[in-house]
Amino acid sequence: MTDPIGLNHCLYLGALLFVCGAVCMATKRNAIGVLMGVELVLNGANVNFVAFARFNPAFQMEGQMFALFVIVMAAAEAAVALAIVLNFYNNHMTVDVDTAEELKG
Amino acid sequence: MDINFHTFFFYLIAILTGICAIGVVVTRNIVRSAAWLLFTLAGTAGIFFLLNADFVGATQLLIYVGGTLVLVVFGVMLTAQGPFISMKTGAAEWVISTIVGIVLYSALTYSIFTSSLYFPNPPHADDPADSRNSVKLGMGFLGLGVGPEYHEPSDKVGATPPVRTSYLLPFEIVSVHLLVVLIGAAYLARAKRRRGGAS
Amino acid sequence: MTDFLSSYTKFLSPYLGGNPAEVVIAVIVASVLVGFVAASAVFFIWLERKVSGRMQDRLGPTRVGGKFGWLQTIADGMKLLVKEDIIPGDADHMLFRLGPYIAFCGSFLAFLALPFGNNLVAMNMNIAVFFMLAVMSTEVFGIILAGYGSGSKWSLFGGMREAAQMVSYEVPMAICVLIPVIVAGTMNLNLIGQQQTGIIWNWYLFHDPFTFCAFWTYFTCATASCKRAPFDLAEAESELVAGFHTEYSGLRWSFFFMAEYGSMFAVSGIATLLFLGGWHTGLLPKQASNWLENDAGTTGFVLFSVLSVAVFIAKGWLLVFVMMWVRWTLPRLRIDQVMMTCLKYLLPISCMLLIGVSAWQVLPHGVLYYLDFIKYLGAFACVALVVLTIYRIFSTRSQLPASGAASIWNPTRPSPVVMAKKS
Repeated sequence: MTDPIGLNHCLYLGALLFVCGAVCMATKRNAIGVLMGVELVLNGANVNFVAFARFNPAFQMEGQMFALFVIVMAAAEAAVALAIVLNFYNNHMTVDVDTAEELKG
Repeated sequence: MDINFHTFFFYLIAILTGICAIGVVVTRNIVRSAAWLLFTLAGTAGIFFLLNADFVGATQLLIYVGGTLVLVVFGVMLTAQGPFISMKTGAAEWVISTIVGIVLYSALTYSIFTSSLYFPNPPHADDPADSRNSVKLGMGFLGLGVGPEYHEPSDKVGATPPVRTSYLLPFEIVSVHLLVVLIGAAYLARAKRRRGGAS
Repeated sequence: MTDFLSSYTKFLSPYLGGNPAEVVIAVIVASVLVGFVAASAVFFIWLERKVSGRMQDRLGPTRVGGKFGWLQTIADGMKLLVKEDIIPGDADHMLFRLGPYIAFCGSFLAFLALPFGNNLVAMNMNIAVFFMLAVMSTEVFGIILAGYGSGSKWSLFGGMREAAQMVSYEVPMAICVLIPVIVAGTMNLNLIGQQQTGIIWNWYLFHDPFTFCAFWTYFTCATASCKRAPFDLAEAESELVAGFHTEYSGLRWSFFFMAEYGSMFAVSGIATLLFLGGWHTGLLPKQASNWLENDAGTTGFVLFSVLSVAVFIAKGWLLVFVMMWVRWTLPRLRIDQVMMTCLKYLLPISCMLLIGVSAWQVLPHGVLYYLDFIKYLGAFACVALVVLTIYRIFSTRSQLPASGAASIWNPTRPSPVVMAKKS
């Protein structure tokens, strides 16, 4: 508890968030659960960006800039994804992604 | 033993965030999943504050937690009819996903562990009262550039001033992008006359 | 840490060692803040009942604790503590229990960055205003979880309506907060307070017409974001029983109310610091308050600090009283009217004010010099208006209606029913 935090600690956390998001995208059957996985992935990437912005002396503000852009784009993407999910629900009466197979074959 | 409180709180918040992220994956009830996601996002905002990125941390709370997550939960409420709140995934899928997840995490951890990136002396962290993050971010977004703030005169004859990268164009593009998304999402999710059954 | 807290830590360090001293100071500061929020909530509950009583031509609580019912809230608190803790059968247990705590944490965390006096702030941040807005926006989630977790349709409706309202009103609120931030040049609430020293015309309220209008717009948005009437659809007693907190009873319900009164004081505190001069009285010129703070020794400094804290809290409580006053005067808006007010009126108004104040800041210096007299004009006009109103309130005697219906004030007149039958 006495050593200051290094870059690697933050990267481990970012990797954990990323993997949790990826597994969430793979296992959830609810379309909105998949969307939550996407949010987790983006958060893991954001933690990486901000960690590099903090620890790399060659960076000025680029990491935090990019993290801000990621947050904004994630909000935009969540809006459109939810609109699509709601459309799917209105047409098929279900949000189960396993039933979204009409383009198959 | 002199505890460095920064380290202590980092470990605390990081471990809690990790547990909540695992909770998002494991919970079957979609609304509880959203609650765990709330704590994950709030924990990430705490990590940002600890990493001296206070503006990004506050933006994360305002936009992600207060905006995106509320949107996701609205979506959950609008589609949460009985059987869809807890949908069961098959055991085989769980096993495969867990194995893939562990393999992926091991690969990432190994590459972090053996990487040759080594930054021993991070720049001194500002006191939150003197943080100039918002100033620097504002300058970057306005087009005045992100880079060394003061130009020390150089002794060399042909020296060029340091390069400052401007982020005005991405800022404007993102503004237009948000407008497009606003209109598109409103159009996609408009109330339509219900046609009976599948289209 | 700020100058104020680090000096206390250094004072304690030789006795306890470095780390325990920091922990002790942090715990003391946190307890003071929680204590302040709780004591304010107790006061506000009593004040609300008295104000609502008086505005409805009745007296309010008068029995518990003397003529004015001072101890009514204590009695209410004890009642709530011993109430049975009921969780509905259909409720989602984890989310039902979680809702009140998230709402309370969201509202209480904002007090971390709120200065009560010069440098008297728990965490002096350069982005204090942004931090407070960001943290208060997490309260929405507590409402949603409470509404859903109650397992009842009416709670869900109340929670969803409330979430939509709070999230929508954050946008004009943030824009209105931005307007004095543009004038001040910093988001640090401590610095913004320090910039408004001196006589009352230095307050940002009178700085230019755009900040003047921004104050009223901000106050409207703040009332809406605290879910106070006329925007209190979530607790619409005549419609949804009690909205999202219908199924809550006892201590859990009181957490919601502490959260509501806490955020009422927090937004009032932001309004005070941004527009109304913060902890400055507005009567002492700059030299006098500087002398009291810096050159008058320790007693002078302590006196100045106590005065600052008292003035700040008084201004905050005054704004909360105005919120209560508005609540018991105006009828409730429907949900479509609420959303229309936000999207069709307050949002364009705040955008226009933002453009106006930005234009004011880039006016050439010569023009600004001549336009500066507006602040003196504004200050004189407002002070004269307030003084005149107070004089009129206290100089006109209230009269009982001469030919009124029978009421508790006038028991001898026959009741209207009897009079109607006679004629």
